[in-house]
Amino acid sequence: MIAVFLRELRLALRHPAEALAAVLFFVIVCALFPFGVGPSPEALARLAPGALVTAALLAALLPLDRLFAAEAEDGSLDLLLTTGLPPAALAGAKAAAHWAVTGVPLILATPVAAALLALPTEAWGVAILALGLASAVLSLLGTVGAALTLGARRGGVLLPLLVLPLAVPVVIFAAGAIEAASAGGEARPFLLLLAAFLAGALPLTPLAAGAALREG
Amino acid sequence: MLAADELAARRGGRVVFAGLSLRAEPGEALLLLGPNGAGKSTLLRVLAGLLRPAAGNLSWEGEEIALDPAAHGARTRYLGHQDAIKPAMTPAEDLAFWARLRGGDPGAALAALGLSALAGLPCRTLSAGQRRRLALARLLLGDAPLWLLDEPTLGLDTASVARLGTLLAAHRARGGIVLAATHLPLPLPGARELPL
Repeated sequence: MIAVFLRELRLALRHPAEALAAVLFFVIVCALFPFGVGPSPEALARLAPGALVTAALLAALLPLDRLFAAEAEDGSLDLLLTTGLPPAALAGAKAAAHWAVTGVPLILATPVAAALLALPTEAWGVAILALGLASAVLSLLGTVGAALTLGARRGGVLLPLLVLPLAVPVVIFAAGAIEAASAGGEARPFLLLLAAFLAGALPLTPLAAGAALREG
Repeated sequence: MLAADELAARRGGRVVFAGLSLRAEPGEALLLLGPNGAGKSTLLRVLAGLLRPAAGNLSWEGEEIALDPAAHGARTRYLGHQDAIKPAMTPAEDLAFWARLRGGDPGAALAALGLSALAGLPCRTLSAGQRRRLALARLLLGDAPLWLLDEPTLGLDTASVARLGTLLAAHRARGGIVLAATHLPLPLPGARELPL
């Protein structure tokens, strides 16, 4: 399982364009808001929490449709499934690698995006925490979506339709946490709810994705 | 011993084969023969545990294979149509990865297929035959008794086919079983033929 994770990281380092594309998408979407809403800091700061979370989740979705499709196309998935490695472990390693390759760079880019959206600096720490948790949940849910849509002809279109509705609670709690922090309120309950969501998804989603891979 | 009884497989609702039975004893080689679409690859995928049979029994030493997929995975090496090679990785890295999952010595496997000189080059620079040899090298990792080969000599030159012949003979001498689907002559002396 660790071997699969390390191989994913190595492959991502050899093709940095894919991970960078997600981060650039995130930053550019956040940079577009001031043009649409106008440069007034109050209006932007009002929008910032929701815009940050939505842009980050959409960016993290970008590389998901290749998560298993690339392996299936070159025959690697067949070989991995015949090693006797449980499909759930394979899915878990893939989800962890997706988060490390896409989620972590998004977290690192959060201050840039937050500055573009005029988010008050005292909320940046919470924004980083909330996006870290939200992107981890999305990696797990997205792995299930990627496994389910593997082999579907329009998998790339189907995947967001499957995953985004499931991510609604993540958007609510993550945006709530950032909102509370920028208004000087208590962000902790929102972050705890996000963490609870992650704790629930952590054991369940690899099992679901593994079952989907086995049937595929 | 690998045994299949009254095996049937379906692809997309269509029955590919049905009522298929086979036995393979240690040291034996079975050649799956038949026209395109006869179900050779499908049978290999069923035997590898990648595809659930629509009917029938599949057992190893009398034990149902589906009951313990991990044990079946450990004893099986499957070579598919595709080479499962990442263009950005080198043959040495590729084999080192599979050796972590399978055990075995990646260096010896590379040498056995004559790939030592290419070990450090990115796989995107390899020719089709060299890529096939790298896929074949994975068979040697971790000493598994059951080899399932789908067109193993695709794209190989005569020297590499001879090398594969030596490896297949050594595998069978150790008591290994080979099942191969092919349209090309294979270096498998004394192999039984199984028409599909």
